[in-house]
Amino acid sequence: MSKDPINDKSIRSMIQEKKYARSQSAVMEKLAPKIFLICAVISIFTTLGIIFTLLTETFTFFNRVSIVEFLTNTRWFPFTSDKNADYGILALVMGTLTITAIAMVVAIPVGLAAAIYLSEYASAKTRKFIKPILEVLAGVPTIVYGFFALTFVTPLLDKIIPGGISTFNALSPGIVVGIMIIPMIASLSEDAMNAVPNSMREAALALGATRFEVAVTVVLPAALSGVIASFVLGISRAIGETMIVTIAGGSRPTTDINVTESIQTMTAYIVQVSQGDTGYGTTIYYSIYAVGMTLFLFTLMMNLLAQFISRKFREEY
Amino acid sequence: MELTINRQVVEKYQTPSEQLKPVFTVNHLNLWYGQDHALKDLKFDIPEKQVTAIIGPSGCGKSTFIKTLNRMVEMVQGVRISGEIKYREKNIFDPKYRVEELRTLVGMVFQKPNPFPKSIYENIAYGPRIHGIKNKKVLDQVVEKSLRGAAIWDEVKDRLNENAYGLSGGQQQRLCIARCLAIEPDVILMDEPTSALDPVSTLKVEELIQELKKEYSIVIVTHNMQQAARISDCTAFFLNGEVIEYTNTSKLFSHPSDKRTEDYITGRFG
Repeated sequence: MSKDPINDKSIRSMIQEKKYARSQSAVMEKLAPKIFLICAVISIFTTLGIIFTLLTETFTFFNRVSIVEFLTNTRWFPFTSDKNADYGILALVMGTLTITAIAMVVAIPVGLAAAIYLSEYASAKTRKFIKPILEVLAGVPTIVYGFFALTFVTPLLDKIIPGGISTFNALSPGIVVGIMIIPMIASLSEDAMNAVPNSMREAALALGATRFEVAVTVVLPAALSGVIASFVLGISRAIGETMIVTIAGGSRPTTDINVTESIQTMTAYIVQVSQGDTGYGTTIYYSIYAVGMTLFLFTLMMNLLAQFISRKFREEY
Repeated sequence: MELTINRQVVEKYQTPSEQLKPVFTVNHLNLWYGQDHALKDLKFDIPEKQVTAIIGPSGCGKSTFIKTLNRMVEMVQGVRISGEIKYREKNIFDPKYRVEELRTLVGMVFQKPNPFPKSIYENIAYGPRIHGIKNKKVLDQVVEKSLRGAAIWDEVKDRLNENAYGLSGGQQQRLCIARCLAIEPDVILMDEPTSALDPVSTLKVEELIQELKKEYSIVIVTHNMQQAARISDCTAFFLNGEVIEYTNTSKLFSHPSDKRTEDYITGRFG
């Protein structure tokens, strides 16, 4: 039996002495999973609570405004007497979709190209250097992006576009939301492409493919599920984006698609009402829950779509 | 010491069948991985339309050598190469010689079957496609011809649109051989092509190699000496990055002229 060199006790006897401490830790051992369970349950109940509130307030709203009007009216104009008010969600949805579309036009090509560069061309050293920078970019507060859109991108576009552009418009926040999403798409797509086994690249190279052909015809299809999932998560992020569109997008809900003019997204409307002096119990007050519910359904659909895609399009290897 | 060994080796460097045209001529080839001198002053010919086997213990440089023949070894970071390899009179390291062109002529089959996660058809059509062949009828013909050439047509003809990963390991490897045949190469390099296969699949691949050598020059790395003896016409024995002996397979296995070759093939080491 080995002896402890300092006080000449064997390890075995020391372990015996610790028996009391162990019985204490046994209590901890039993309690710990329960505490963790409670924490997990809290987050589930909070989510359920939010959905419940959203649902009840949305029902109240639909008692005052018919769901048919909500879905078919193309005007959203609540800030007037209740009789003249228009509650057509389409105007806000169009705003959100316009921003999302512009953002994806920016983010998908750039993000994908960056991912291909990082995964197929960059040396390990370059990748180690660039990836953390991408992640920092993803951590910039959106309010900073908002001011960037309003004070830098909009004036710039005003100079470039013939005929100028409104102070508040869809194009500028759309582009900036896209810039915000680039690191996310680049990083997630790069992960997916990096997971493609090297043996497949070798197979294509040995057939005389160039590196670009390998990237486009072998790696990208093999990583397609992860790449598309990153697009969908990007779309989901653009739909829910609030600060940038509130600051630089304006507050004019419309179904016209004119990217140089002011628009309003669902999120920006909720901000507008929350900040204003709308009284509790008014129709406008309830409308933000209906809009919130719509937003929730959109992002939920996107997340489910992402899950479906990553399961469905997985190229097995 | 090193020098004397090299001189002995050089004296034994003779293409086993002098009358055959060489497809590769290796001349003073040296290769380093960083500081590690992996191939040492190699100098020999690889004959046309023969099966040339490369044997030797792990780490002797046999895989490195075969990957040098189609320049796949340059994928490894920190590789340095000196000397030359002539493929049909052209130095493959010549900057003007496009590596993609070399690889369409010198195909490769890898140790582990590595089909693309695409359909069987798409796996075979991939090579012709990237080289600009788009005509559907031509591709259909290429697919059938290549699969027949790799003796797997009858097993897969009814499931060409299924994913290649549904095939067994041995079938996958023959599919990879078919994929290689589809671009009609001149040489086929095989890097331990049966080491991941069961004995029955191995036998099929070996029979296939015998068929293929009628039309192609084949270089095969194997750590299975019986396999080298069964299927090859000439054999090179590598040890520590050098060629110890290179001659007719039957001679190398029956009357090895170097003690180290004899020790290796009789199983005293390796």
